[in-house]
Amino acid sequence: MPEFWINMGPQHPMTHGLWNMKVKVDGETITDAKPEIGYLHRGYEKIMEVREFQKNVVLTDRLCYVSSITWSHAYCLAVEKMMGIETPERGQWIRVIALELQRVASHLMWLASYGPDLGLLTGLLWCLRERELFLDLIQLMSGARMNQNYPRVGGVRNDLPENFEAMCKRSIEHFLEKVKNEYPQIFQESKVFRMRTEGVGTISAADAINWGVTGPNLRACGVNVDLRRLDPYETYEEIDFEPQVWHDGGAGDSYARFECRFNELNESCKIILQALEKMPKTGPYRVKPPRRAEGEGYAKTEDSRGEALFFVIGDGDDRPYRVKIRSPVFCTMAATPQLLRGNKLADVVSILGSVDVCVGEMDK
Amino acid sequence: MSAVAQPVPEVTGRPVPLIEKEVLGSLKAAFGSKLTDGKVLRPRHLAVSIDRKDLIPVCTYLKNTLGFEHLSCVTAVDWKDHFDSIYHIENYYNGCMVQVTALIPYDDPKIASVTGLWRAANFHEREAWDLMGVEYEGHPNLERILLPTDFKFHPLRKDFAQEVDRQYITRRKLRGGT
Repeated sequence: MPEFWINMGPQHPMTHGLWNMKVKVDGETITDAKPEIGYLHRGYEKIMEVREFQKNVVLTDRLCYVSSITWSHAYCLAVEKMMGIETPERGQWIRVIALELQRVASHLMWLASYGPDLGLLTGLLWCLRERELFLDLIQLMSGARMNQNYPRVGGVRNDLPENFEAMCKRSIEHFLEKVKNEYPQIFQESKVFRMRTEGVGTISAADAINWGVTGPNLRACGVNVDLRRLDPYETYEEIDFEPQVWHDGGAGDSYARFECRFNELNESCKIILQALEKMPKTGPYRVKPPRRAEGEGYAKTEDSRGEALFFVIGDGDDRPYRVKIRSPVFCTMAATPQLLRGNKLADVVSILGSVDVCVGEMDK
Repeated sequence: MSAVAQPVPEVTGRPVPLIEKEVLGSLKAAFGSKLTDGKVLRPRHLAVSIDRKDLIPVCTYLKNTLGFEHLSCVTAVDWKDHFDSIYHIENYYNGCMVQVTALIPYDDPKIASVTGLWRAANFHEREAWDLMGVEYEGHPNLERILLPTDFKFHPLRKDFAQEVDRQYITRRKLRGGT
């Protein structure tokens, strides 16, 4: 049978955004693939050069609307490294809590969209229901459900509200009970779900590292790399947690990626509870940054989707001279032909859904 | 596919203390005066500067001898009189990050591609070519990636003007400053 190209996108239920996956098929089998991106390019790196350091946080929030705080935080951290300032201790703990709340919300959004990809609408409803709990907590702390504009260069915008600890604990307790007893019934224990995800879209650890795949997608290949542990930032050094790595062999398939992300829900909740215990109850949460700065600073953080890197160069002005954004999805996208080759056309959705694509950060 | 499974690297996931000095020492021993600059910036992070002709030997040494298997990022910077191509290379075994800055003259913006070492460089170099116009020689498919294929400029260069009057203007700028 002759081979031909199929466009999956730019408008396709699988893409979760605006990008095009061209797949070359021989019958049902994929022989080649080519991602086409750039539909959502907004020129962030250029726009940021004419805005003051603090005002860029509004932009970095919108890099990925599902995971705003992690992106703004990475940017603020890079600028702080360049300026040579450090957040006060309470500010760092508040950031850790905000980051982990955002990570849970982001993973739940991913799980909510991965369910319907595989025909599991219950997953969508359950995950969005629980995500609302975490968005409420984020709203309580920052004032907005999404695009919070919460991290600041030198700290966070405001202190935690009264009673935050109690409300946080109550929501997490409720959520952990659901994750333990309810969610596995439709995901891990569902035969259909496992048949759709197991053994498709495999990639070896060596390939994944060479292609620059990071985050949960890399840990699903059995590589124990979590930047919160390997290059600790903020107060992650003092927190006792376990990076979620797939150990059971046959690594790197869609199911392993699902499992790593799913277990991170648990782990993030544990980090939040620990942070609430360990953080100082009072104290400053923000320092005043200098207006101008010279030098270069970079920060790499563990975003919900992998390694987010900001590289900021200042030339002594009140605006950055050059900003470089390293998006984890952009790099994972380079590896997708590797993931897809040899699989069936119907599995494209299962594979690309499991890598958690976010077009906003990919196209910058 | 080969029958022999590739071994999974044994990564402990924890940083090794004081690794940056060790890496800088072995880089200096191997390349000596070819490193125009080399310093430790902070724990687990060091920066070296080289000329563009030494890029491939330095990168090969980093990857094959010192185990820097992850190319995190390729950045091109326009300094008006020259370009910099900056590589952030990471070691998963000890958490060390090397920032390699290669100097490129302005009138001949070309540098060797590192896609032969890290396939991750493929998209990064395409992006740097697309937005900054630095040509990566030996790249398998150096096309525009984020901008449309018929776009004629490299917008991240400093001589590509922004419409600053319609965007945010600092007070200093209104008073006639730069």
